[in-house]
Amino acid sequence: MDFGFSEDQELLRDSARKFLDAECPTTFVRKMMEDDSAHATELWKKAAELGWMGILIPEEHGGIGGSFLDLVVVMEEMGRSLMPGPFSATVLLGGPAVLAGGSDEQKAAVLPQVAAGELVMTLAQAEKSGRYDAGGIGLPATARGSDFVLSGEKLFVPDAHVADQMVVAARTGSPDAPAEEGITLFLVDAKSPGVEITQLKTVDMTRRQCHVAFQDVAVAGSQVLGEVGQGWPILQRVLDQAIAGLCTEMVGTGQQALDMAVEYAKERVQFGKPIGSFQAVKHKCVDMMVQVENARSLTYYAAWTVDENVDEASQAVPMAKAYCSDMCKTVTSEAIQVHGGIGFTWEHDMHLFYRRGLASEAAFGSAPTHREVVAQTLDL
Amino acid sequence: MDFDYSPQEDTFRQELRSWLEANPADNYDPETFEIIDQEERFQIKFDWQKKLHGAGWVGIHWPQEYGGRGATIMEQTIYHQEMARVHAPGLANPLGISLVGPTLMHWGTEEQKERFVPRILSAEELWCQGYSEPGSGSDLASLQTRAVDDGDDFVVNGQKVWTSFAHKADYCILVARTDPDAPKHKGLSYLLVDMHSPGVTVRPLVQISGDAEFNEVFFEDVRVPKANLVGERNNGWQVAITTLMFERANFGMVYNLEPMLDRLKAGLTDLEVNGQPAADDPDVRQKLAAFHVEIQALKFNGYRQLTQQLRGNPPGPEGSISKLAGSELYIRMAHFAMELLGPYSQCALGEAQGIDNGFWARRALGSRLYTIAGGTSEIMRNIVGERVLRLPKG
Repeated sequence: MDFGFSEDQELLRDSARKFLDAECPTTFVRKMMEDDSAHATELWKKAAELGWMGILIPEEHGGIGGSFLDLVVVMEEMGRSLMPGPFSATVLLGGPAVLAGGSDEQKAAVLPQVAAGELVMTLAQAEKSGRYDAGGIGLPATARGSDFVLSGEKLFVPDAHVADQMVVAARTGSPDAPAEEGITLFLVDAKSPGVEITQLKTVDMTRRQCHVAFQDVAVAGSQVLGEVGQGWPILQRVLDQAIAGLCTEMVGTGQQALDMAVEYAKERVQFGKPIGSFQAVKHKCVDMMVQVENARSLTYYAAWTVDENVDEASQAVPMAKAYCSDMCKTVTSEAIQVHGGIGFTWEHDMHLFYRRGLASEAAFGSAPTHREVVAQTLDL
Repeated sequence: MDFDYSPQEDTFRQELRSWLEANPADNYDPETFEIIDQEERFQIKFDWQKKLHGAGWVGIHWPQEYGGRGATIMEQTIYHQEMARVHAPGLANPLGISLVGPTLMHWGTEEQKERFVPRILSAEELWCQGYSEPGSGSDLASLQTRAVDDGDDFVVNGQKVWTSFAHKADYCILVARTDPDAPKHKGLSYLLVDMHSPGVTVRPLVQISGDAEFNEVFFEDVRVPKANLVGERNNGWQVAITTLMFERANFGMVYNLEPMLDRLKAGLTDLEVNGQPAADDPDVRQKLAAFHVEIQALKFNGYRQLTQQLRGNPPGPEGSISKLAGSELYIRMAHFAMELLGPYSQCALGEAQGIDNGFWARRALGSRLYTIAGGTSEIMRNIVGERVLRLPKG
């Protein structure tokens, strides 16, 4: 029994924190919010030099061949510093889809470039329905000889505007078949004729999302990841990992908001005393801490199940997402409350954390969706 | 990270599990245990402790020289898991085992250890805790019970309250004021008082559940030998705090929450909500899933805490949560059950029209204990806020 990180992982956490403190202060995050793309290419290169893009990629494909838990400690720090840009779109969505479903040729073509920081990727999954389950994937891919044609729309696609390659989940089977059958994953060049990408205006502009229209986009049969019609099981594994990664970020974001609230409560004086000495404020901070710690425990456990690829992941991941969604939104919101008026200003950083909390809650299904998945595992 | 158990730990689990299967508690039914007569309930716990003790299964975390097994932290965890697995009843001398013994091992004289400690695990002498007073609850250090120096003895006068199982106890750990002129934390002493001494009067208090398992205890010129002073005179607060740490460190709460959720789930099959089976109602499903998630979070907090202990590190923030969060979750679950039962929720214990014989009404009433006993939730939040988050005192 050892429910903690290794010494090496703790060292990795320390170095990630030092790097991000230096390279990604909130002044920088704000600059990226105002930027056209929120893609910080200098930061991206430096992160690649540290090997972060290649943690999950095996050595034979140019990566480090680390474990998911190695990535987890880095992502918690990214969540703490609200790192902007397409890191998770590339490292947790696009890259892993190729790793999980791709042929040796596809892996060789894509993964070394990802590991080197030379390729930005994403996953186009959700559509107008806003669903993240198999039934939410409707975009048809019509066979034309051994090739396919994609026509339709994807929505809330992370960082598509800066992606070189995107993995597109489309429907090749009959719309009447069970939802999980007939889904195929395609590796699509984002510059393909007929692909039109529009950035969305969203609450968290540190990480952009896009509307992607496909107008008769021709995709070669060689661009299919895995087998035709067999995309959902691949996607499920990728999503479990991506959700566990997102939860880790939320833990970092929540922890940072809590730390800022506690610091402020120690310094801010009203009625002649630091406001943190008042039980109304003190107890609020404790309740925030309880939520952060619960979220942390659920998330680390989910990350372990994903890393070990054990069946428990099917319950552990939705448990973590259900709890973290509520936690991150509530804790960042309460941190604003502790700050009072200054917390409601644009100038103060707290709203950046709240915005990230709201966006993270929405990604891959909010709390009620995941609680229902948990309910299904309880044999009610 | 690694959630596996070592071969030695598996062997330990197997040994305990086989013993428990061959030696169940006598006259015990977990389904009805909470609602039977309190005397019967006490007898079952007493007999169970004797039976366990005969095989060396009481106080396994105690050192071998005191009758324990010197169990590792992992073995203690497995012990709790296995006891929960068979829904084992509690013991007759829980305060003795988890509070008094460890406190005496830490602070007691050799004579005190020899005299008192061996009789705790065997239930030969049962213990109660004389802390709270009518005027001193959360502000414990303001207590007024006096112990005055008189030759070889202290003479004790005062009143304690909420004293669980004082009516069954042979001894009491008593915190009393020995220096009324010192600041409130500096004038207290920690005494071991024979509950059969002249001048001790125990009056049971009926709790909201209808049972009378706690008491008020009056001390009138009770003579306590100076040999029964634990730690130094006027240093009783330090000793009392040690005891409180043992009390709050106990993270057994989680082990009660899982069976409670199971019972809640099992009870759903007979219920309808808004014209459909309760288990199909989206709100019911959401709430049960949320309870499950929170219980699991507390369990994994416990594993993280365990890992810190195993690695020899000081406890992290996760360690201070279990009592606070577990007790509040327990109440929310009980209240949710009441909501689900509709009009049947009102049926009190033993009402034949009630669902589950009135179990849930009893549970709801009984649940109010946990956010009060051993430090109220408000006090726990102060402690966590000040010691973990380092927020200033009020």
